[in-house]
Amino acid sequence: MIQIHCPYCGETLPELEFAYAGEAHIDRPVSPTEQTDEEWAEFLFMRQNVKGPHFERWRHVHGCGRFFNAVRNTITDRFYTTYKAGEPRPDLATLLEEDNK
Amino acid sequence: MSKHISSLAPSVVVDTAAARVAVSQLIGRISLRARTNENGGDLAAVGKAIGLELPTQIGTRAKAEGIEAACLGPDEWTVLVPLGQIEKVEDALAALYPSLPHSMTDITGREVTLTIEGPQAAELLSIGAPRDIASIKVGQARRMLFDGATVTLWRDSDTSFRMDVWNSFASFLVTTLETGAKELAAELA
Repeated sequence: MIQIHCPYCGETLPELEFAYAGEAHIDRPVSPTEQTDEEWAEFLFMRQNVKGPHFERWRHVHGCGRFFNAVRNTITDRFYTTYKAGEPRPDLATLLEEDNK
Repeated sequence: MSKHISSLAPSVVVDTAAARVAVSQLIGRISLRARTNENGGDLAAVGKAIGLELPTQIGTRAKAEGIEAACLGPDEWTVLVPLGQIEKVEDALAALYPSLPHSMTDITGREVTLTIEGPQAAELLSIGAPRDIASIKVGQARRMLFDGATVTLWRDSDTSFRMDVWNSFASFLVTTLETGAKELAAELA
């Protein structure tokens, strides 16, 4: 079973306690009424569908209940890091380098 | 206080050489969400209103004069209060609304507590919990998964636990624990 580190609980726990919640760092447009249909559809539906390291949201649903962000490799399922929601996107090159050590 | 509608009656579910599972007496419960805000509202005031120092690290607990609180999330607590005192605590918290907006919900009728004790209580819990029970230290509490349901587990000693479960899952989880306790006892025999 995959073990996921919850940045709020500070514990590494089985994936069964967590729920996947889609791609991370997608900002809702500040004024939706000024969006064209195309722009709004882009925000609602269009995702990167990354093959490899992917920035995504998870929720510790059977625990503290918080949403947080993670960088996971969609091919190998390896979690490079997890970080609290609202924190800046970590530098991918640095993460991969640390992971190779 | 929310009325207690349907739940398991307090009783001993199973008592074997491995573990004893029982349904506890009804106790008052409050779900509390609060945090220190920019307008000077201080979280410490919440602890003061309840009568204990609110623990701030997830999983830790505090107890004073029969009232017990466990920190379940960064801004979330479950507070166990004797039934006779619950209105007093609710009034004290309600008085804080203007200075410290928070969410206080009486969840007395939502859950029932099971006590699980015995030499193999931790092994019994491991049949339904994906997480390692040993990672929950004595005197701590966690919300976690048990046999598909979210429960709150309080560890009171190496061999005794309390598990708060929602009423709708209670009979199912009790059956799991009963079967498990009997199987563990059969292995001992």
